[in-house]
Amino acid sequence: MATAAAHAGHDAHDDHKPSFFARWFLSTNHKDIGTLYLLFAFCAGIVGAFLSFGIRMEMEEPGLQYFSNPATYNVFVTGHGLIMVFFMVMPALIGGFGNWFVPLMIGAPDMAFPRMNNISFWLTVAGFCSLLCSLFVEGAPGASGAGTGWTVYPPLSTAGHPGPAVDFAIFALHLAGAGSILGAINFITTILNMRAPGMTLHKMPLFAWAELVTAFLLLLSLPVLAGAITMLLTDRNFGTTFFDPAGGGDPILYQHLFWFFGHPEVYVMILPAFGIVSHIIATFSKKPVFGYLAMAYAMVAIGVVGFVVWAHHMYTVGLSLQTQSYFVFATMVIAVPTGVKIFSWIATMWGGSIRFTAAMHWAVGFIFLFTVGGVTGVVLANSAVDKYLHDTYYVVAHFHYVLSLGAVFIIFAGVYYWFPKMTGHVIPEWAGKLHFWLAFIGANVLFFPMHFLGLAGMPRRYADYPDAFAPWHRVATWGGHIFALGMIVFVIGVILAFRSKVRAADNPWGEGATTLEWTLSSPPPFHQFETLPRIVDEPGRH
Amino acid sequence: MTDRKTPPNPNRTANRTALACAGLVVGMTGLAFASVPLYDAFCKATGYDGTPLQGAAPSAAAARTGDSMVVHFDTNVASTLPWKFRAESPRVAANLGETTTVFFRVRNTGTTPSTGIATFNVQPGLMGGYFVKVECFCFKEQTLQPGEAMDFPVVFYIDPAVRADSNTSHLSEMTLSYTYFASKNGQPAAAAVATTGDTGKKSNF
Repeated sequence: MATAAAHAGHDAHDDHKPSFFARWFLSTNHKDIGTLYLLFAFCAGIVGAFLSFGIRMEMEEPGLQYFSNPATYNVFVTGHGLIMVFFMVMPALIGGFGNWFVPLMIGAPDMAFPRMNNISFWLTVAGFCSLLCSLFVEGAPGASGAGTGWTVYPPLSTAGHPGPAVDFAIFALHLAGAGSILGAINFITTILNMRAPGMTLHKMPLFAWAELVTAFLLLLSLPVLAGAITMLLTDRNFGTTFFDPAGGGDPILYQHLFWFFGHPEVYVMILPAFGIVSHIIATFSKKPVFGYLAMAYAMVAIGVVGFVVWAHHMYTVGLSLQTQSYFVFATMVIAVPTGVKIFSWIATMWGGSIRFTAAMHWAVGFIFLFTVGGVTGVVLANSAVDKYLHDTYYVVAHFHYVLSLGAVFIIFAGVYYWFPKMTGHVIPEWAGKLHFWLAFIGANVLFFPMHFLGLAGMPRRYADYPDAFAPWHRVATWGGHIFALGMIVFVIGVILAFRSKVRAADNPWGEGATTLEWTLSSPPPFHQFETLPRIVDEPGRH
Repeated sequence: MTDRKTPPNPNRTANRTALACAGLVVGMTGLAFASVPLYDAFCKATGYDGTPLQGAAPSAAAARTGDSMVVHFDTNVASTLPWKFRAESPRVAANLGETTTVFFRVRNTGTTPSTGIATFNVQPGLMGGYFVKVECFCFKEQTLQPGEAMDFPVVFYIDPAVRADSNTSHLSEMTLSYTYFASKNGQPAAAAVATTGDTGKKSNF
């Protein structure tokens, strides 16, 4: 019987919560760990945003205004990149929403390994601390911090940074990577073994699919990064020459290893967002998602093909024409499953009974912005074009459209969609919508001019530039201010939600919201599904 | 569901899944490290990324008369080695398929004996598969006394197959680049020069 499988071994079968310290520091509850991840991502995001503000302030005018040493500017760029990738987007989308909603959506009482879940979180926090330490110790001669870019290419990260800052940054990646690998094992085990009776893989909600594919990407790609940066570490400290030509090594090998991780990594950041947006669009169109199976397998396809396109980040290293042709082709192939997803989201909305809630605003805004970023991605996939645009602001604009406007928009969409479920409180709709419009306008004003700058030849990671680039840089900085204003609205909205006496209904979104988390109370009980739900076939519903 | 007395232990299957995942992680980590010798072997075998091939002298029949390529020589000394390093001439015109010999002269301008080791590369990188070295001084340690100079021969030929590859058939020039690094037992030694006042610099060429 289903009850036989009910989760045992815990003393608390009622809603009894442990003491504050035990609950939040020794946490084994997937919802608490999810909350911790979300709070951590928010804090790290504030630090990352502060660093990006330093970048935008400096770039507002030509010349050096705020950074006397351009190496420090590069430290800001590096810190911004690493924090946003490893300590904001990944903890929010995978650790945060993943922990919160994967068990709820598949009808499981918790994650498969609750203690390992706790270790994952604290490893990530420790990694963040190590990265913060790196900001304050010497890196490049005469400057503190690692100014290597998030790619940490040698020889800049070896010979160019004699100080210990890069070692701290490498340890940060090791710790965060170990945390993510353990988290990924946990997700895979949970999803493969703990689905409620009757929930086959082909009936599983798309967000769980997204996290499953993401977990596999992490599992296969992060060890390669760990290996590469370990070699970097021994090159730096123990006289090995993996990447040092003086001993017969080759710095290009590092680039191959890094991007074998780095390209799947960008899908790690966007696939969970794909899952979330599918649920939001379906909920507020009051229709099941269009082409469920195609949507699930499009994510699988993106994950698989994502492993064989890495050299499109390295067109300038001297690949043969045939190699370049292959990577151009393989890269463009990814546009096909991505197109399937965009098409299916639009088809879900088509003919639906659409409600423009705050979450729906963010989801639809995401589709638009992600498509813009995807189109510039297809442009950059062409090796001949890329040689001209390599390491320019065009690339910066491209990946901010898919990540800063893609992944981050969906983080906010997820917050507005699930906030009532997670807390039982309701963020005023006007706050979510005002936040959306400020963020949408701000982000476009911030990043769209970067296309023009890049096409005109503005290189990335430079603290200074010729006067001719000044107007668009100034516009971009204004966009940054508008975006920041939106963040203030967000914080006000959250404060208002907690102060107001309005309580969220168990299912505030009505009949469109069909996944299992909406069958529980808001917020859900401390332990849920002690009697496993049984999934039965509903016609017209996956 | 069958009414079995003991349901299958969910922890057993979960542990098996987790173990399989851990196996994947170990495997991928192993692959990351295995990639170092594999990549090295791949470069040496195919000339990938400007790694010149090493081989025996070509047969005279293979020569392609009337077709030549200009080979430029680029000589560098790492900043940790007080040496001067140059080729006897900045460039030669090499007939395809015929061996060419060029001498490189290296001199220790420092005040103490020092040891160096040379690495090499060709540009464009795609020429690596067609530039064959019959004899060279690469990856051999050399110790020079203060003021001592030495001449090293490099014997090479360009494989006429270069004309059959669409990536390289149009090329009329290429560069062979050498860099001397300070060395200690075959390993790079950063401190080798600390004793000399003169900091090494990029060789004059």
